[in-house]
Amino acid sequence: MSGNILEKPQSFYSEYTRKPGADTLTTHYCPGCGHGVLHKLIAEALDDFGVREKAIFVSPVGCSVFGYYYFHTGNVQAAHGRASAVATALKRANPDSIVISYQGDGDLAGIGGNNILQAANRGENFTTFFVNNAIYGMTGGQMAPTTLIGQTTTTTPRGRTHENEGYPLRVAELLATLEAPVYLERVLIGDPKYTMKARKAVRKAIKAQIEGKGFSMVEALSACPLGWKMDPVDAKNWVQDVLVKYFPLGVTRDNISEVEGYVPGENGNGRKPLSDRELVKKIDIPSDETTTTYPLPEAEDRYKHSEIKIAGFGGQGVLSLGVGLSQMGMLQQYHVSWLPSYGPEMRGGTAHCHVKLSHNPIGAPLIEKPTILVPMNKPSLYKFEDSVVEGGDIFYNSSLIDTPPKRSDVNVYPVDATEIADGLGNTKAANMVMLGAIIAKTGLLDKEAVITEMKQIIKKEKYVELNQNAVQAGFDALQSVSG
Amino acid sequence: MAKMLIKGNEAIVKGALLAGCEAYFGYPITPASEIAEAASVYFPEVGGTFLQAESEVGAINMVYGAAGAGQRVMTASSSPGISLKQEGVSYIAGSELPAVIVDIMRGGPGLGNIAPEQSDYNQVVKGGGHGNYKTIALAPNSAQEMCDLTMLAFELADKYRNPVYVVADGFIGQMMEPVEFPKPNRNIPEKPWAVKGTAETSDNLISSIELDPDDLEEHNRKMQRKYQEMRESEVRYQAYHCDDAEIILIGFGIVSRVIQSAVDELRAQGVKVGMLRPITLFPFPSDVIRQYTDQVSKFWVMELNNGQMVDDVRLAVENRVPVKFHGRMGGNVVGTDEIIEKVLEEESA
Repeated sequence: MSGNILEKPQSFYSEYTRKPGADTLTTHYCPGCGHGVLHKLIAEALDDFGVREKAIFVSPVGCSVFGYYYFHTGNVQAAHGRASAVATALKRANPDSIVISYQGDGDLAGIGGNNILQAANRGENFTTFFVNNAIYGMTGGQMAPTTLIGQTTTTTPRGRTHENEGYPLRVAELLATLEAPVYLERVLIGDPKYTMKARKAVRKAIKAQIEGKGFSMVEALSACPLGWKMDPVDAKNWVQDVLVKYFPLGVTRDNISEVEGYVPGENGNGRKPLSDRELVKKIDIPSDETTTTYPLPEAEDRYKHSEIKIAGFGGQGVLSLGVGLSQMGMLQQYHVSWLPSYGPEMRGGTAHCHVKLSHNPIGAPLIEKPTILVPMNKPSLYKFEDSVVEGGDIFYNSSLIDTPPKRSDVNVYPVDATEIADGLGNTKAANMVMLGAIIAKTGLLDKEAVITEMKQIIKKEKYVELNQNAVQAGFDALQSVSG
Repeated sequence: MAKMLIKGNEAIVKGALLAGCEAYFGYPITPASEIAEAASVYFPEVGGTFLQAESEVGAINMVYGAAGAGQRVMTASSSPGISLKQEGVSYIAGSELPAVIVDIMRGGPGLGNIAPEQSDYNQVVKGGGHGNYKTIALAPNSAQEMCDLTMLAFELADKYRNPVYVVADGFIGQMMEPVEFPKPNRNIPEKPWAVKGTAETSDNLISSIELDPDDLEEHNRKMQRKYQEMRESEVRYQAYHCDDAEIILIGFGIVSRVIQSAVDELRAQGVKVGMLRPITLFPFPSDVIRQYTDQVSKFWVMELNNGQMVDDVRLAVENRVPVKFHGRMGGNVVGTDEIIEKVLEEESA
C-alpha cells in the first residue's frame, strides 16, 4: 500500500517527458475521464506488489494509446485490437514478466474480439484491463460494440437500434462462458465507493498473474464526457445510473483459489540453451556416423538422367514410392528431386509425383516427358502414356490395368504389383514391388543397398521386413522376364 | 554433415532452429502447412515456443510481441494469409523489429487455388502494407536454400532490425531434395532495446507512433537510409552462363530451375543464353542487370504471374535493350520446352 496517497506511484514516471508539449505533469486525458484513475490504480498495485521492473504495459489504439507516456514499465504499443495477441507473445517470451494489456471497447470488443476471446480461452497468464465507456473516444465519438440501445453517437445519429447494429456486447459475461479465465469482474470508475471496489479488483487481477493463476480481466465502466457531449458530473452520473443497468457490476468468474498457480522457474521451466550438438540431435538432422552412402550404380547410359513419373490412386503409395526412389538415389550418389501433386488432390483422388535421378545437378524438378512412367492404375496410364519419351520405359501395374499400353516405341513391363503384394499379406506393399521391378530392369539402383536401407523410407519398424520382401519379390518377378 | 532428403517447407523449420529461432506463431494454410506442422514438433523439443494462433492477424501480432521481447521469431503462411498479415508487418517495420516471415505463394487472386504462383511479388517486395517501408525478400529455389536463406533471414533481420521475407512458391515448398544442413549459427546480437520485463529494459518502448510530422518524417528518412544500406550491401543473385550470353533470361524460385534446364538445352543447340536469378528480390540486383545491357541483345523475364518483377527489370534496364516477358498464372508452371520455344520463336522472327 502506498505510504502517502498524494505521492505519485513509482510505476508512473515522475515527469511525463514522452508527452509532447510543455505540460509534462498532467495526463492527456479529458476532465472526468476514467482512464487516469484506472491508470493510477494499476500503477499503485504494481508498486505495492513490487513488480514495476518486471511489468510490461501493452497499450492499444484508442485514448490509452499513450499509456507509455505515464507507466514507468516496459512499454509496447499494439495495433488496433491486437493487444491480447501481442501480450500473449510477450508473456510467453518472458514468463517471469508481469504483462498488463490495456484496451478500450472498440479495440477489445470490436476489432479485437477474436483475439481477446482466444487469449482468454487459452488462459494466457496476463491481465487485461478493459475500459468500457460505450463509445469510440479517440476517433471522435463513434458507436462502440458496447454503445447502448438508443444512444446517439456520430455514427448512430438516430440512436443505436438492435435492428441495425445489434445489442451491446457484455464482455465480462461473454468471457465467463469460457473454461480458462480465473478472474473476471466488472467495476465502475466513479464515486469513491465504486472506485475503492475497482481498486480491489485491479489488485486481485494482477496478483492472480503474479501467482501464475492464468487469465484475468477487469472491465471498468468509465465516463467519456467529451464523446458523450456531457459535462463531467453528468457523465459520471450517467455511468452510475444508466450504463450500469445494462452492464451489471460484479464478479462473473473467480476461480483463483481453486487453480494451482504456475510460477515459471519453480517447475523446471528454465530454458537452458542447448549445445550445438544437442540441438542438431533434437531436430533430427542426420550425422555422418549414422548415414551410409553407396557408390553410384553402373547402369546403361540412358539411365544417367532419369525422369520418372509415378501415378495412381491416393493411398496406393504413389508418393512414397517416389520418395523411396529419391531417398535411395541420394544414398547411391545421384542428384535427386521429388515433386508431388499436393493438396486435396491427394485425399482420395489421384496422385502423382515427379522424380529425377541424375548424374548431374537437376534444373527443373518438373517432368514433362518422362523417361520412365509408372502407372499404378488405369486412369494414370491413359493420362500419361503419350508423354513418355521414345525409347522410354513403362512399368505398369498389371493387377489393376487389364489393357496394356499401346505404344510400340517404348519398353513396356507389366508388373503384377498388387497381386504380389497381396500374396505377401499387405496390398499396400505394391509400391515396393514396383520399386523392385524397376530396379531389376533398369539397374538404376543397387537392390541390396535398397533392402539394407529400407528403414530410411519405412519408418514403422514392423513394416520394414514386409517392404524388403516386396522389393525382392518385384525384382525376382521382372528379372526372369526378357525385354 | 550428411545429406537428408527433405521437403523445402521442413527445411525452413530446421534452418530456423539452427539459426536460434525461439518462437513460431502460425495459422494453417496450404501449401505452407508443413512448416507449422514441423514447427509444432521441433520448437517445443528444443525449449522454444510453438503456438497455433487464432488467425493470421493474431499470428503476426504475436510475432510483433515476441520480436519486441527480443526473441528470434517467425511465422509462415501462403498468399491470402500474407494479405491478412500485412498490417502487422507494417507495424513490425515501423517499430523496427526483426522478424522472419515465410510466404509459400499460391494461386490468386481471392481464394484462387493452392497451386504454385509468384503473384505475391508486389505485396512482398514492395512493402505490401501501409507506409514507407521495405522488407528484405529472399527467394530460394531449392530445399537447400530454403534452409540456408532462412538462416540468413534471421541474421539480416537482426542486423537491420527489419522484417525479412523468405518467399517461395508452392513447388519449392513441396518438393523434396537432399539438404546438407550447416552447423548451428546462433550468434544473436544483444538487443538492448527489447522489452523483457526486467529492470534494465523498463524504460524501453516498442512503438511505431510519431505524432509530430517532423519526427515521423525523420523516422521515415532514417528507415530509407537503412533501405539504401541494404541496397548497397545485401544484393544477392546467381548468374548462370551469363559471361558470353547474348540473351539473358531472368526468373526466380521454381521458374529459375526451369530456365536453368532451358539454358542447358539451348546452349547445346548453340544458342548463347544465360540465366540471371535474383536471390534477393529486395534489394533487387538492378546494377548487375544494367551492366549486362552492354552485352546482350535482349532480356527475357519469366514469372508465374502477370508480370510483376518485370517492372523492376525494366527500371534497371532503362530502355537500353528490349525486355520481353512471359508469364503463366493459375498454378500452371512454365515448362522447359515452352521457354525454349519462346526464345527461338523470337530469334527466328
